[in-house]
Amino acid sequence: MKGSRAIIQSLTDQGVDVVFGYPGGVLLPLYDEIYDSDLRHILVRHEQCAAHAADGFARASGKVGVCIGTSGPGATNLVTGIATAYMDSSPVVALAGQVASHLIGNDAFQEVDTLGLTMPITKHSFQPMTPTEIPSMIKSAFYIASTGRPGPVVLDLPKDVQEAELEYPDKITIDLPGYKPTKKGHPLQVKRAAEVILNAKKPVILAGGGVILSGSSDEIFKLSELLGAPVTTTLMGKGCFPEDNPLSLGMLGMHGRKVSNFLVDDCDCLVAVGCRFSDRTTGDVSKFAVNAKIIHIDVDPAEIGKNIPVDVPIVGDAKIILSHLIRVISQVESTQKKEWTEHVKQFRSSCLPRLSFDDTPLKPQQVIKEISEAVTDDTILTTDVGQNQMWMAHYFTSRNPRKFISSGGLGTMGFGFPAAMGAKVALPEEDVIAVCGDGGFLMVCQDLATVKEYDIPVVVCVLDNRYLGMVAQWQKLFYQERISHTELGEVPDFVKLAEAFGVNAYRVKKPGEMKETLKEALNSGEPTLIDVIIDPNEILPMVPPGCGLTEMVGEYKVEREVPGEIPYRSSAAERGGD
Amino acid sequence: MTNERSHIISAVVLHRPGVLQRVAGLFTRRGFNIDAITVGPSEKDGVARMTIISRGDEKVLEQITKQLNKLIEVIKVRDLDPPSTVLRELCLIKTHASHEKARSEIIQYANIFRGRIIDVSPVNLTIEITGTPEKIDALIDLLQNFGIQEIARTGPTAITRGAKTI
Repeated sequence: MKGSRAIIQSLTDQGVDVVFGYPGGVLLPLYDEIYDSDLRHILVRHEQCAAHAADGFARASGKVGVCIGTSGPGATNLVTGIATAYMDSSPVVALAGQVASHLIGNDAFQEVDTLGLTMPITKHSFQPMTPTEIPSMIKSAFYIASTGRPGPVVLDLPKDVQEAELEYPDKITIDLPGYKPTKKGHPLQVKRAAEVILNAKKPVILAGGGVILSGSSDEIFKLSELLGAPVTTTLMGKGCFPEDNPLSLGMLGMHGRKVSNFLVDDCDCLVAVGCRFSDRTTGDVSKFAVNAKIIHIDVDPAEIGKNIPVDVPIVGDAKIILSHLIRVISQVESTQKKEWTEHVKQFRSSCLPRLSFDDTPLKPQQVIKEISEAVTDDTILTTDVGQNQMWMAHYFTSRNPRKFISSGGLGTMGFGFPAAMGAKVALPEEDVIAVCGDGGFLMVCQDLATVKEYDIPVVVCVLDNRYLGMVAQWQKLFYQERISHTELGEVPDFVKLAEAFGVNAYRVKKPGEMKETLKEALNSGEPTLIDVIIDPNEILPMVPPGCGLTEMVGEYKVEREVPGEIPYRSSAAERGGD
Repeated sequence: MTNERSHIISAVVLHRPGVLQRVAGLFTRRGFNIDAITVGPSEKDGVARMTIISRGDEKVLEQITKQLNKLIEVIKVRDLDPPSTVLRELCLIKTHASHEKARSEIIQYANIFRGRIIDVSPVNLTIEITGTPEKIDALIDLLQNFGIQEIARTGPTAITRGAKTI
């Protein structure tokens, strides 16, 4: 068979049934095969959206997402999406066309060094120079993308190799002598970790994206239950622990919840699982959890000790290690940290962020509250990047893993909408909502055509404040309110924009409207855009760069009216002795 | 950093196109420095050995070895312990040597350093020398007086002493 046929066959062998792509000259042989194949191909309107959609597909389903772009500009357009997947350890396989092998290096039409460009943003990359290499390379690509610490893999496919003949092998072997991810944690280290945890009085569990990737949410829950220990998450870990649980602290970090930032500062033992201590999570590292012994569980040994010195490192799969750790700890009779648990619960309820506002223009908190009321535990929410993302991360209550999808590491504006598209394709039975800002959505709005043409009924909520809100927030706080090029002006009219694509659209302006409109949109079973006019002046309290986690600026509005809650106390000192 | 020193990193890698680019790219991207890098086939078919000389403290070195290990085409990485490592570099030096006196002096120096004259012309000499980088530096210093035209150094390659392998 031809190389292009072998590509399709190899993808099918890997269980792929849907790909997101955009054809081009050097991909003609491949697309000619796709024409006859059972593979579902979704034609996006920009390659970047193919990569984000494959990423969203992967994050929602746990399977490998596949995207395709042609050589040259097709490949460079994929780059942002590949980098996004790389930073958030998402299993994506990107197929890029390449000029015929005899032209490589000649600056041929639409030629670019895709391997060179993507080397620092992929887990690995392949370029078959003969068609016989295709089956094993694709099998290796899927294996590498989905095991260990997941990540994107690029396959660069020269046109002539797609056209050349090969005999498709019965048995495909892969040989990766340099790739053997560690699974089981070192038993001595697990024992040491158990000792540290049992001796601690004030333990906190910090769960990152690795918890979701390894499917160890249940283990985190058990560990928390066993100890009465609170759980905070990174942005990527959001949803791995039910955030309405009295021991959930919500997100940690620069835009984290007050309770989380203060309790991590206060704790004497931090059990960090599947996280990489990014600068957005830790703030000033010299002030991060200074009183705590830190246990760090991660599948990637290079993450351990990279940003934060660690007392007990354990390399391996979080699920296996946590199960082991729970077994060891369960053998001890008294594991509960009752006083700490009580303190955590009280402090938590004293600073639950305020969500209810009846202002017009709408406060984002109120919008998120209404979104929460319109969705179920199974609804998938994606966010864009900026204020919309941090508002969602801060105020939205996530209860299940893989239901909150956001570009954490790379912080890619334009991620939310195509990622939602991918998630909806992966899980068509679930409701999928993209919460975007007006800036980020406009970067990818052309893919309204895709959701319309393929009838992918996602709901896009554009939190519309006509500002690049996050940058404007920093300008207000740290640059003497010099609002340099962050005002977006009057256009476009998002409702008309959506209508031009044949997509239903609504505009929401007043409290109460969001919930009803969103419910209606979800029930319609059609792609919908909701333009939500929000207050441009609302800012989220934050930890300024270079500060410790407790040095938050901005007023932290709390839900005072919650009956029976303890009034908010503003600083660690006022909390009194533990 | 007070405990910053030069390290000899030996890496066993798959001998494939692009591996050197991956390794070099990793160093640039992570801000690690490379003083020298040598690559060549190893004892095993399809497998190459790289010797990288890099400067850094323990934390940096730990990151370098861990990040190198993450590359799919890297099979093994070791930060070699200098006392139990043999390290050699090859250097070719072309010097002016038109006067008889200079010629004989240069040849004497080359002999003292166990170097060899590998090319002669009426106006210059080319010396081949192997040894530790320090020894090569010393010979170069001596030859400066005669006027060095060109130097080509390979960068050090290294192997562990005794029965131990990496």
